[in-house]
Amino acid sequence: MPKLKHTQHEQNGYNLHLIETKKFKTNTVALKFARPLERENITSRALLPFVLQKGTHNYPSEKELRLKLDDLYGAKFSINSGKKGENHVITIVLDFPNENFIPDANQLMKQALEFLYEVAVNPKVENNAFDSNIVNKEKETLSNKIKSIVDEKMQFANMRLIDEMCKDEKYSIHAHGYLEDMDQISAETLYKTYKDMIEEDALDIFFVGDINPNEVKPVIEDVLKFDRQSTTKVVQSEPKKPNEVKNITEKQKIQQAKLHLGYRTGITFRDPDYRNLQLFNGIFGGFPHSKLFLNVREKHSLAYYAASRIESNKGLMLVFSGIAPDKYDQARDIIIEQHEDIKKGNVSEEELDQTKKAVTHQLKETIDRAGGMVEFFYQQVIAGQFTDIEETFKQIDEATKDDVVRVANQIELDTVYFLTAEDGGDTNE
Amino acid sequence: MNKLNIPRINETMYHEKLDNGLDVFLYPKPEVEKTFAIFSTKYGSIDQTFTPIGENDKVTVPDGIAHFLEHKMFEKEDGDVFQQFSERGASANAFTSFTQTAYLFSSTTDEEKNVETLLDFVQDPYFTEQTVEKEKGIIEQEIKMYDDQADWRLFFGTIGSLYEKHPVRIDIAGTVDSIYDITHEDLYTCYETFYHPSNMSLFVIGNFEVESMSELIRQNQNNKSFDKPNGIDRFYGDEKDEVYKSLEKIYMPVTTPKCMVAVKEKADQLNKDKLLKNDLVRDMILDLYFSKSGSYYEELYQNGLVIDKLRLELYLEESFGFTAIGGSTTKPEQFGETVKEMLLSIKNEPIDEKEFERAKKKKYGELIREYNELEGTANTIIHYHHLGIDYGNVFKILEEVTIDDVNEIINEWISEERISICMVLPEGEK
Repeated sequence: MPKLKHTQHEQNGYNLHLIETKKFKTNTVALKFARPLERENITSRALLPFVLQKGTHNYPSEKELRLKLDDLYGAKFSINSGKKGENHVITIVLDFPNENFIPDANQLMKQALEFLYEVAVNPKVENNAFDSNIVNKEKETLSNKIKSIVDEKMQFANMRLIDEMCKDEKYSIHAHGYLEDMDQISAETLYKTYKDMIEEDALDIFFVGDINPNEVKPVIEDVLKFDRQSTTKVVQSEPKKPNEVKNITEKQKIQQAKLHLGYRTGITFRDPDYRNLQLFNGIFGGFPHSKLFLNVREKHSLAYYAASRIESNKGLMLVFSGIAPDKYDQARDIIIEQHEDIKKGNVSEEELDQTKKAVTHQLKETIDRAGGMVEFFYQQVIAGQFTDIEETFKQIDEATKDDVVRVANQIELDTVYFLTAEDGGDTNE
Repeated sequence: MNKLNIPRINETMYHEKLDNGLDVFLYPKPEVEKTFAIFSTKYGSIDQTFTPIGENDKVTVPDGIAHFLEHKMFEKEDGDVFQQFSERGASANAFTSFTQTAYLFSSTTDEEKNVETLLDFVQDPYFTEQTVEKEKGIIEQEIKMYDDQADWRLFFGTIGSLYEKHPVRIDIAGTVDSIYDITHEDLYTCYETFYHPSNMSLFVIGNFEVESMSELIRQNQNNKSFDKPNGIDRFYGDEKDEVYKSLEKIYMPVTTPKCMVAVKEKADQLNKDKLLKNDLVRDMILDLYFSKSGSYYEELYQNGLVIDKLRLELYLEESFGFTAIGGSTTKPEQFGETVKEMLLSIKNEPIDEKEFERAKKKKYGELIREYNELEGTANTIIHYHHLGIDYGNVFKILEEVTIDDVNEIINEWISEERISICMVLPEGEK
């Protein structure tokens, strides 16, 4: 009994994905614009989501735009941007109640789609430029947000790890942009960035909900009249081998130190070994039954959290933990030892079996959320690799211990980043 | 099992109170993959002073004990309970709030076995001196992680300025000093008092069979024996209606200051007969003025008093309640004074019919959306159940709210002597 049905339709310059499911009381529509990461335009692209939310031609202020959303029964709307491997993706998403649950729906779906289209193609523009007051104000907002990253220690440590580890790679470009670029961005140049996005970016549109595709598709085609010929192709990351392990220590006034480790897996989503990598990650640090949690936290009481996750479009695995400043050596050694252990084949049948079930469960949970479904299918779009979900479960089920150990031996430590307290936290570098 | 229809979204859930007092809610949703279950006790960080079961004198236990107990429930003589869930691919977790401690799992197979494990591990405590000592280092790191987070410090700084005696002012996890005072005997005292089935609820939602699940739960509970429940005496101190301090400043190493303005509830507004309506109306008003479509938000943003969005918090519980509006700001003093004035002015400008209808429409859509998420649905229903309120009435209450109700509620809600301002400022500015 399939609980979701995904169909893909090629339209005028975009791909339309219709996902039929009875799981939700609302419909979700997401527009995803993608192009390869570039240092030159990144700050402008990071700024666009802020500016586009501040008004359109027909809803010329943020307040008027938000009032329209209230009128659509509190439709939830956001625009954000981020990295997907070495691509930059701008997402516009709207979530609104299914008409079945609204007493006087009045073509709510059509109105919602019209709203999305307005935001995307009809921004507040005059003489080929955005409103300069809005642009200046949003530059200030984005600058303030960039300055605040240092206050979020986990995020800051993660950013610094990637800075150091991927220094000469596009992946180290900050998706939120750079302060030093702000002065060069004007209402005109930003509009140029917008035109590039709306005309040239690879565009995928997702519609998730309890819908009849035969009824919904014509409405979408009628309202979302994008007239574009996208030539942009997303890029795949090239695997890279580390030379020798880099050790970086930085100090701030903090109570808890952050120990983050960056590994190269060389395996991305499209690789046949990808599911084996997911299993490796699960045994190593992805779950509360993983070696990192059991050893760093439960056995040695060194941390409240110690976990790993994979960057599936770039071929990295990142470990993060929060520890007392003076426990650096012990925590680092234990983390590295857990990887060595798996390399040597110290994986029990039980660990493998639990991890298979946990990875399968995680994937099923993902497709119980509308946003999760969109990400699940978009991941495949970016990788240019389409796998049936049942096939995925089968691959996970059939993996062996040898598969996991083989993958473990491909993974190499690249960088150890330690953010520690100014007073104390002596490390042997 | 009593069948309960959920209006507007055309779904059904079931409720039963078992002989031992446990409230069981079953909400089948065959269209989803997973099952989510939460086993919750009405016992949180505020329940520090109470009369232990079977005793006559009240005791006060160390700060952070409900949270500590939550951590230790997972450890048993023969190992870690996480392991049992992991063996079935389920993910288990727990949390402690001001008023409840909850244990939960989500799974996509073996949901009946998992429910059994959930019931069994929470109803079978195992605390020893050694296991309690071992946990202290872990919780110390959890506390220190929060100590570095400006938003967390701001939130607790705000509550600490509102409340003088009520234990809501104490950090949920306690302090590094207080957790080192906790003993395994303390944990048993709290456990025996607060984990009686009559003080607990079990909520299962998702892809499972109602009949066999219900039978399994009944059997499981019938096989265990519990003392007769005799009610729990809890003491929260003698708190006045006015705020403790109208201004609080916290200095820590941050780059961007933060500020929060909060309104403390008058005790008589927390009566359970009007609490849900009070909650809905406050939420609608906050939204009308301080969400991104709100007039006050626009003013704050345009005048450069807030970076990006505002954080809106609303807590209405039996023994305490407050509303808070916070944000990152480069001008914390001005933010504080301006938001305070805005709150006071809401009372003087009654809202008009059009705004009211808009707020109602938005709230209606949001209530529908809440049912997308299994966790949120279960948590909300349990939260109100613990307060003695049937959340099934929420659509009806919303539909029946009138503009006069709203203006009357506003009038009772906000008052200068119940407002306080809290700031997190960079250390250098001290």
